[in-house]
Amino acid sequence: MNAKKKARIAFFDFACCEGCQVELTNLSDPIFVGLLDHVEFVEWREVMKEQTTEPIDIAFIEGSFTRESDRARLEDIRNRASIVIAYGACSATAGINAMKNHTTDYGEFVYGKDAAMPHLDSQKALPISAAIKVDYALHGCPIDRAEFVRVVSDLLHGKQPLIPNYPVCVECKMRETVCRYDLDDHCLGLVARAGCGAPCPADGIPCEACRGFWDNPNEEALEEILRSKGGLSAERARDKSRMFTATMRRDAK
Amino acid sequence: VSRNIAINVHHLTRVEGHGNIVVNVTDGKIEKMQWQVPEAPRFFEAMIRGRHYTEVARITSRICGICAIGHTLASVKATENALGIDVTPQTFKLRTVIKHAENFDSHILHIYFLVAPDLFGAPSVFPLVPTHTEVVVRALRMKRFAHEWGALLAGRTTHPTRVIPGGFAEYPTEAELKNLRQRLIDLQPDLDATVQTVLSVAHKVPSFERQTEYMALSSDKEYAVYDGVIQTVMPDGKKQRWPVAEYKSVTNEYVVPQSTAKYSKNKMGSYMAGALARFNNNYDQLHPEAKKLAEALKFKPLCFNPYMNSVAQLVEVVHTAKDSIRLLDEVLRDGFKPEELVKPKKFGRGQGSVEVPRGILFHEYDYDEEGICRGGNCIIPTNQNHGNIQLDFEALVPRLLAAKEDEKAIELGLEMLVRAYDPCISCSTHYLKVDFKR
Repeated sequence: MNAKKKARIAFFDFACCEGCQVELTNLSDPIFVGLLDHVEFVEWREVMKEQTTEPIDIAFIEGSFTRESDRARLEDIRNRASIVIAYGACSATAGINAMKNHTTDYGEFVYGKDAAMPHLDSQKALPISAAIKVDYALHGCPIDRAEFVRVVSDLLHGKQPLIPNYPVCVECKMRETVCRYDLDDHCLGLVARAGCGAPCPADGIPCEACRGFWDNPNEEALEEILRSKGGLSAERARDKSRMFTATMRRDAK
Repeated sequence: VSRNIAINVHHLTRVEGHGNIVVNVTDGKIEKMQWQVPEAPRFFEAMIRGRHYTEVARITSRICGICAIGHTLASVKATENALGIDVTPQTFKLRTVIKHAENFDSHILHIYFLVAPDLFGAPSVFPLVPTHTEVVVRALRMKRFAHEWGALLAGRTTHPTRVIPGGFAEYPTEAELKNLRQRLIDLQPDLDATVQTVLSVAHKVPSFERQTEYMALSSDKEYAVYDGVIQTVMPDGKKQRWPVAEYKSVTNEYVVPQSTAKYSKNKMGSYMAGALARFNNNYDQLHPEAKKLAEALKFKPLCFNPYMNSVAQLVEVVHTAKDSIRLLDEVLRDGFKPEELVKPKKFGRGQGSVEVPRGILFHEYDYDEEGICRGGNCIIPTNQNHGNIQLDFEALVPRLLAAKEDEKAIELGLEMLVRAYDPCISCSTHYLKVDFKR
């Protein structure tokens, strides 16, 4: 990227709730306006009518790859962009959309006799890396705003962004949050990728691993602990980590 | 008049989600005018099957990134209804403040970032940064404040953490609540400036009327947003009410070929939900300051102009801020304190409804004796509005053609119409199932 020129940034979305894009509107006025000193938004359907035919420096893609018909649009974005970032859980790991992947009857279950209508087609939810090469991932449901700013800043400075690769438990210890297991609850923090600052246990609820697994999750131990310490039934302990990590589990289809 | 017009807006911009506008006119004859929804469906129903009641709202919140608070509240209310949980008066009031925060937050986003560029003649908010810096900075400041307002009580605004069945998982301190109250009072200059900004471009809001039915939650106690019964007002002003449990008899969802979202209708060919529907149903209960603004704009019920939905949102921006001050005063007066969760008394089927920014939202779930979810259904306001948008198109296009508007003007008029509804298209293609299976 030319240091004198503003970086050309674009946002795109597939199957998702667009909440990760909305998070940027919560950045506050000094940060958002400050960002505009360094970057230029060239395409962002949710808030802009403008589009571009010129190359894009950084493309942020939100949402999962769920329809073969979306492949061409993903490839087009890849061809136009120097750097592609999977933006948020749906894009990075298929996130919550992949909760349906282990079932086969979701179409009929939802639409009944209308399920065969061609426009209602949907295959398994996959991360966008199943269709195109992805350079970096911003994890989380939603993404962490501070991490977004840091990654953009790193890229503008020609630095390799560092995405944390250790469990959320580390962050709970750092902020001295009492462990959910010590409060007669359960938690996925021990296998979840950190980087969020562990807000959920601090807010009184379990970590659901929305940033996906870290690179070395012990799934057998998780299931055992969910049963023995978390008090979950064998079935719940087995299925618990499907909420955000269905595509990362050993039994992923 | 022999005219050919071909409008094909693929993936309409400055709306949440993916929608298309298609209009074909050949030799002056309208061959096609459609509002299409090609958004990828996401099958939330298949996700909540087999999930514990404590997890369900965390999943269904993800239906929408803009109204995640509303989905969380509707979901938790439906679960509480199914589990025989009656929340405390303090929980009811604090959740209403959270609901107000979301409606304020989303309305600010819509008015400033999605609608205003049309009225300022800009393609997006970004060209306005150098020319209208103060307006853009104010918009971002108010958006950030709305986020902090909601997050103080809900933990987060995008997929809240603290709102759980039975009450709250965590609380702010009393000092933080008092600080929020003060910041709502200090908001006045920004509220005044927002009103002035909208007044300066209000004459550019298109005039178009089509009589339709308006549906909203309604309550004898207050301008309903967190709780109430279903009410509709007909073009002749007649109102009728239904219990929330009977929501299916008024929403009547059906599948159409041009949309991955279902459509709805009640007594007429379609109905409208959202800020204008709330305004038309419950005007008398608005805060006096909000009514004063409506009067200054000569805006009164019944209003049949869908473009005025954005103006109704502005009226609600004032209402939500003022009513939150009242609610916080009551909570603080009654002795604010963290409360224990109310425990389930039974497991069965329950419904919940709230007013999200885009209108009335319904959730329903079925739980077995272990508290495991066996089925669910969500009916989203944008689904309820798709049919009304289509019928507006069918009334508006012939009028624009008769007025000899050119293709660009017709296209902009239709884009602005869809944007006025503030559609939340990802929401409307969430797909939860209508029938229950055991």
